[in-house]
Amino acid sequence: MNPVRKQRLAIIAFVLLGLAGAVALALYALSQNINLFFSPDQVVAGEAPVEQRMRLGGMVVEGSVLRASDSLKVQFDLTDYRGTVTVQYEGILPDLFREGQGIVAMGELNSDRVFQADEVLAKHDEKYMPPEISRALERTSQAAAGEEARPL
Amino acid sequence: MWTRFKRWFHQWGSPKGFYERSQRWGFWLGLAALILIPAGLVWGLLFAPQDYQQGHSFRIIYFHVPAAMLAQSAYVFMAVAGLVVLVWRMKVAEMMLKSAAPIGATFCFLALFTGAVWGKPTWGTWWVWDARLTSMLILLFLYMGVIALYGAIRDRQIAGRAASVLVLVGVINIPIIKYSVEWWNTLHQPATFKLTEKPAMPVEMWAPLALCALGIYACFAYCLLLRTRNEILEREKRTLWVRKLLTKEVESGV
Repeated sequence: MNPVRKQRLAIIAFVLLGLAGAVALALYALSQNINLFFSPDQVVAGEAPVEQRMRLGGMVVEGSVLRASDSLKVQFDLTDYRGTVTVQYEGILPDLFREGQGIVAMGELNSDRVFQADEVLAKHDEKYMPPEISRALERTSQAAAGEEARPL
Repeated sequence: MWTRFKRWFHQWGSPKGFYERSQRWGFWLGLAALILIPAGLVWGLLFAPQDYQQGHSFRIIYFHVPAAMLAQSAYVFMAVAGLVVLVWRMKVAEMMLKSAAPIGATFCFLALFTGAVWGKPTWGTWWVWDARLTSMLILLFLYMGVIALYGAIRDRQIAGRAASVLVLVGVINIPIIKYSVEWWNTLHQPATFKLTEKPAMPVEMWAPLALCALGIYACFAYCLLLRTRNEILEREKRTLWVRKLLTKEVESGV
């Protein structure tokens, strides 16, 4: 490579490295703002703002969903297996909303640390499988659980 | 080996050599795209099993993921071309960069659009400002910036260098897109396919996806060759070989 080209390459490499460093620092400084949602753990630890609009994300706890019989009001618990927060919402839930599924709710924490949501989005994971396989998996895990739970 | 690579590089690096060599390649790439994309789409949309959570709506993956992959790969390709332009001042690399921008922008838009269509039934919203979606939108703006720069600067050499600088600066966005789902909390799910792990998807679901992805890459290469050939004819129209070529084609009635 001739010296002129070598020099150009070096300049480009330096500029790109500098830029990448600057962007990395900026993103690192902003990381709390780039996160789309707070986790229940952060709410329990008091890191999330109270009475301010924010998003809360986590898993819907199995068996925690309570629906009102005369309205669209619904209450459920969100967990990240380190902390749990109760969420209240009125409205239509997305199709993928179910117990054990991840969701992201928009709303605010009231002073009793109950999250009043006005929007609920379902989050799906990166795993895909045909329904038959999922049913088969469920059967085997239930069978295994049943064997364990059976009293001697 | 090295000398052979160098010779090959120089042959493709001259406008005339590129024009002559690209015709045959263009044919095979176009044919591959024409077979792979319909095969993958028909298999994926009609015959692949549905998903246990999302049902049929997951099938949009067969277009969304290849388009998003291509939008990022095309940008990396442009960045490499931009580096070659700035360091080696190679004309063909600059023409390829210019030709690739609208194709990449198209697929980037399609990835965002199909993602929104997918997001509505699964997440419950068309759009959310999470890190993955936002960084992908920035990629679309970068593509548009490159196209706009070419449109705004009349002098081709300056336009090519300005676009190369923009492309190289923007390449920092590519790892941000890739790792956004791991570095931050996002609504978008993490990657299903990783180099180091088995895909989180059975083979009857990802095989059609692989066909679609290969097909879209072939389609990109085909469009890129066609557009670059046009660009070469346009820029080299005063050279002897293009004049000869054109008069020959006129005489033979093509």
